Amino acid sequence: MKQKIFPSLDAAVADVPDGARIMFGGFGGAGFPNNLIQALARKGTKNITAISNNCGTRDGELGLMFKNGQISHVIASFPGPHANYFQECFAAKEVTLELVPQGILCERMRAAAAGILGFYTSVGVETEVAAGKEERIIDNQRCILESPIHADYACIKAEKADALGNLTYRLAARNFNPIMAMAAKTTIVEVEEIVPVGTIESENVVTPAIFVHRIVQAKGIRYAG
Amino acid sequence: MPDKPRLTREQIAARTAKELPDGAYVNLGWGIPNLIADYLPPGLTVFFHSENGILGMGRRAKLGEEDYDLVDAMKVPVTLTPGASFFHQADAHLMTRGGHLDVAVLGGFQVSEKGDLANWKVPGARGSGGIGGAMDIAAGAKVLIVCMEHTTKDGAPKIVKQCTYPLTALACVDTIVTDLAVIDVRAEGLLLRETASGWTKKEIQELTGAPLL
Repeated sequence: MKQKIFPSLDAAVADVPDGARIMFGGFGGAGFPNNLIQALARKGTKNITAISNNCGTRDGELGLMFKNGQISHVIASFPGPHANYFQECFAAKEVTLELVPQGILCERMRAAAAGILGFYTSVGVETEVAAGKEERIIDNQRCILESPIHADYACIKAEKADALGNLTYRLAARNFNPIMAMAAKTTIVEVEEIVPVGTIESENVVTPAIFVHRIVQAKGIRYAG
Repeated sequence: MPDKPRLTREQIAARTAKELPDGAYVNLGWGIPNLIADYLPPGLTVFFHSENGILGMGRRAKLGEEDYDLVDAMKVPVTLTPGASFFHQADAHLMTRGGHLDVAVLGGFQVSEKGDLANWKVPGARGSGGIGGAMDIAAGAKVLIVCMEHTTKDGAPKIVKQCTYPLTALACVDTIVTDLAVIDVRAEGLLLRETASGWTKKEIQELTGAPLL
């Protein structure tokens, strides 16, 4: 059986090519795969499309990769008040941005995960996010057509994994991570701890192993707001 | 503009807290709404939903009590109330969009007489702007209350016939609580339900960009 546990962060991202579409978990400083982000910064992958709620906290989270000029397109809901490197790249037109309402961002990823090719929603009707989208009326409500968001990789953060790839998350650090794990072709998770198979109670598994392809142990890093 | 005292941000929050029904599931947005949790009337029980994936969010964490995996949507360390739960982001917004929240309270830049809301972007502002959960919440809450100052810093009305700022959602606002008034958005127009102490309807109408019933 193929081993999912990788010996190092660098090994876990070694094959990520230039131009990759990558989802990054995290919200409000919690649940960001900061060690994997640093590994991608060391590797120097360029021309990345990043899919994430936020665009970094100064040097932290995705900030480092904007500072390094590694990201060329972002799909995000709230770049954030301390995303200064993103804002510099955006102002210089080195990065393009698709702003998506937060819930629609996860629902579009969930659609990709679930084999759903599109869905109609009333969220965003008559706003900037409706531009170029098909509009129709269902049940007397105006709604717009939203499409799935796919990715080549998801870089996520969990608390514990077993060798099969079953995951648990700590407190509100769960956020986008389980959705991204399901949506990407290859899911890479950094975890605080790898535990023996069978020690995570089956009924407590949040992300089932089928969605996880690479596991690497690393002490989590947080960046203050 | 009459030089009379208006409600402070804290007083707007305290007034809005009285609009929450007992037992309600409630989401509080950024700005004035975020202050409401500190001003709940005694005896009222409400359950706070945080869009990063918490139901039953408690007060802010005290010094030394902070856990940075337990934060609200503004990145502030918080606590839990007994019976709280965590869930992923798709479920967090399934709750906002799917009509499961009893009340959501958002800040606002402009509200129109039809209840359209603009609250995410100031025209001409520098930078990318950001939507966050506002559009999902505005589209789905059973009752949407907007808390804001009645006028801009320059004295222009924030309650208008038609929003000129980028829209968040159409016809979504039910009640507006400002530093001068409580106003309900009705099919027939904006109903002035309450005025701040010392203010007359005429004075408030002069600072409002749409007719008040």
